[in-house]
Amino acid sequence: MYKSALIGLLSMLAVMVLPQAAHAEYADVVMNNYSDAAGMRPVVFPHWYHRIRFRCKVCHADLGFKFKAGGNKITMAKIIDGQFCGACHNGEISWSVENCGMCHSGIAGTPTQIHGSTVQRLVAPTYKKLGNNKK
Amino acid sequence: MKIKQFFLGVVALSVLPVVAIQVEAAQPPLKEVKAAKGHVSTANTFNRLLEKSKARNLPPAEDGIHDPDNDNTHVLQPPKIAYDGLPTTPFGNYVDWVKALDTDLLQPRYDRFDATIEPLIMDLDIVREVKSTVPDVVFPHKPHTQWLHCSNCHPKIFIPQRKANVMNMSGILLGQQCGVCHGKVAFPVTTQSCTKCHSKPKPADWKPPQSETSLKEPWR
Repeated sequence: MYKSALIGLLSMLAVMVLPQAAHAEYADVVMNNYSDAAGMRPVVFPHWYHRIRFRCKVCHADLGFKFKAGGNKITMAKIIDGQFCGACHNGEISWSVENCGMCHSGIAGTPTQIHGSTVQRLVAPTYKKLGNNKK
Repeated sequence: MKIKQFFLGVVALSVLPVVAIQVEAAQPPLKEVKAAKGHVSTANTFNRLLEKSKARNLPPAEDGIHDPDNDNTHVLQPPKIAYDGLPTTPFGNYVDWVKALDTDLLQPRYDRFDATIEPLIMDLDIVREVKSTVPDVVFPHKPHTQWLHCSNCHPKIFIPQRKANVMNMSGILLGQQCGVCHGKVAFPVTTQSCTKCHSKPKPADWKPPQSETSLKEPWR
């Protein structure tokens, strides 16, 4: 009995004490321009996985991805039209868009960001959110 | 024997929450412990602002960004599997991507359809003198053109004109010029990585420029 009670206590303490911070991979991009609002999980794009297979040039020169997280305003409409992710995720070069949860795999409410960036790691906040930001 | 075990189980189940709550209540918050010896500010905590993650290259379900409740999260490849055998660095993904490419450990495509297309590589080093005491910067075009296309940087990020590109580390840290990639995807700007760019030592006779005020009023 003591053993089971102890295990229960330890697991409770572990849940309370363990840090909840994100330890995602450097350069993982979270895109949440429209996902939360549409009731989908935000998209997580793993840069590391893609750079093993393609050079930067393929997406950032050929496909026109801007160097800014969330800056391309990607929508499913554009993807099924063959733009951005849809240039490869079409069932030809890579798996197709019916695998929703492979990209839409982020924790709901995670803001758009590039994970582990210098700006995120700076001790003092570098900017304030604009109050009158147009959406 | 079976009845005894069952009884013990029931007791354990019913007592557990009570015990847990008691222990929770018995453990005072950190501040009150310190209050016994007099008030101590939490501002004095060792390494208050140094957040260091000890966990590296975690699988998606444990990385704090992917949702473990999503079935597909568990299908995604864990980075550690992919990085096996690749050269390492102490920062970023902890993978030396340029070295991996140079040693042919990785062969990422330069064209999304045709695997045989070779990148347009330019081998030209640009030296930029630095005002400060740190070594001068050598920008190697070679590793950059192995990954990127000229149009990724020119003419928008780096203006093709002498003296037109004014740079400083503050801007780079905030994501301008080199900081468009370095500090986001390419190797980050950390104390360990300074010398990757600041790689050309100053000439032997070089002395740092002295502040005007210290020339006027030298310290005695």
